[in-house]
Amino acid sequence: MIESRKNLRNGLLFISPWIIGFLVFVAYPIFSSLYYSLTQYNVIDPPKFRGLRNYVELVTTDRVFATSLLNTLYMVVFGTIIITGATLAIAIVLNNTQIRGLSIFRIIFFIPTLIPLVILCILWVWMLQPQTGLINTFLSYVGIKGPGWLADPRLAKPAFIMMFLWTSGGTVIIYLAGLQDIPQSLYEVASIDGANFFQRTFRITIPLMSPVILFNVITYIIGIFQSFAESFIITSGGPNQSTLFYSLYLYQNAFQYFKMGLASAMGWILLIIALVLIWILLGAEKRFGYRQ
Amino acid sequence: MRRPGEPPHRDLAELIITTLFIAVLALVFIVPFLWMAFSSLKAPADLFLVPMRWLPSVPQWHNYVKVFSQFPFFLDFRNTMFLVVVNIIGAVLSNTLIAYGFTRIEWKGREALFYVVLATLILPFQVIMIPLFILFHNFHWIGTFLPLTVPGFFGNAFFIFLLRQFYMSIPNELSYAAKMDGASEFLIYRRVILPLSAPAITTVIIFSFLKTWNDFIGPLIFLTDNKLYTLSLGAQQIMHSLDPKWDMLLTLGVIMTLPVLVIFFLLQKYFIQGIAMSGIKG
Repeated sequence: MIESRKNLRNGLLFISPWIIGFLVFVAYPIFSSLYYSLTQYNVIDPPKFRGLRNYVELVTTDRVFATSLLNTLYMVVFGTIIITGATLAIAIVLNNTQIRGLSIFRIIFFIPTLIPLVILCILWVWMLQPQTGLINTFLSYVGIKGPGWLADPRLAKPAFIMMFLWTSGGTVIIYLAGLQDIPQSLYEVASIDGANFFQRTFRITIPLMSPVILFNVITYIIGIFQSFAESFIITSGGPNQSTLFYSLYLYQNAFQYFKMGLASAMGWILLIIALVLIWILLGAEKRFGYRQ
Repeated sequence: MRRPGEPPHRDLAELIITTLFIAVLALVFIVPFLWMAFSSLKAPADLFLVPMRWLPSVPQWHNYVKVFSQFPFFLDFRNTMFLVVVNIIGAVLSNTLIAYGFTRIEWKGREALFYVVLATLILPFQVIMIPLFILFHNFHWIGTFLPLTVPGFFGNAFFIFLLRQFYMSIPNELSYAAKMDGASEFLIYRRVILPLSAPAITTVIIFSFLKTWNDFIGPLIFLTDNKLYTLSLGAQQIMHSLDPKWDMLLTLGVIMTLPVLVIFFLLQKYFIQGIAMSGIKG
């Protein structure tokens, strides 16, 4: 009894930095954000309570809010499909130990993730230049006249997906770690039964990988909702608001228009969206995922 | 290698196709990176040539000298390094202790609280950003380094998770033996657990460095005085200025990427471990 009291005291003592940090830098901000979301507040004057009007305004009359939400959903839907497909394909191929120079390939796919975020954005502005950029230069080699990616509202978002794909090396590493946990004997048995590469991939690899895929998809979607620096630096939300993503509009409301109350409401809507997405994905995993 | 019961040509065809696929893709991935390095050596006029030329006509090595003089590089570098060092110290001090409390001592409610730690991993920063700004504004911390350093001393969910995984692999017998000799928990932490945890601490140091070195939104929101700007914030300011000097920006890009590359190649094992660990919890 005394021993367990002592352990409780010691345990709490050891984690006390986290408890303080959690209360001051996480719990308090979450709840005060809920309070601010019910007010009109510009930091200088005291907050004025206005009930749910921020939320109602965002959902019913704020056209820009709807635009930013749709832009973000575009990135969620198309980005998830393209990036999950591509990173999983790369990992599956890299996991094939018969390929020579495997360790070099792994490093190559990881290298883009080492570029600091701001530098990444600067590099991509330069890559997407219509005349001198790398991407259009490549297109010109195969006889295609490359477009002005960041000047065309239909192409700016696909350009962002390309950039996100380029920096998905971390996802590849996580898939590789998952692939290495799949017992090799399963593949051997399947091969003896005459299953080809695609059958082995879709019947064994993908079902067994579904928890890892789910994890990466959740991480990617939450990342998209939080992605701010890319659109802030590269396009400032343009052209024609086509890259005005959720977090950029939230930032603009907070720190450019000083509508802290409205921005807090956006923060809470973001939290709810993130929780709902995770709940849906976990439900899908439970229903359709592989069971031991 | 041929699998039993399978004709050899099928494996070979598969191997050729997959190797080709991965080689082309790898080329696509590496070229922009090399292109940045080449472009950082170009004269401004070279940069705007149509059609684009891969190599600089004359390598402008002095771009790397110019960047130090034209841009308050040393000031921004010093600020960034200060933040990096303080955040690393904070991360190692706080998270090694916290993870100890979550693994090496048994107490009621431990697992439940650890779920709270994990839950904060998925909390979007944008949800707490505004109250944090207001809080720091009321503390008169805006425009100082305090918002970018103090929170680092109060634990980080990912680092706690990472160290916890490592601590759990250390046999309990070591702690029991020390306890028999009358050692306190803190002594066990310092003399037994910490010395054994060097690999995990190395991973924490690497990721703490990366987090601070790459941070953009933190400095953007909390720093107001350009004497305190970090390299990331300084680079963004040049890019959004009226005359963005592209030769300088690409040179700066290489300079800022280089330390990360060096750390990656020297400490690859810890690097990959950290990334792979972030997927285990899924």
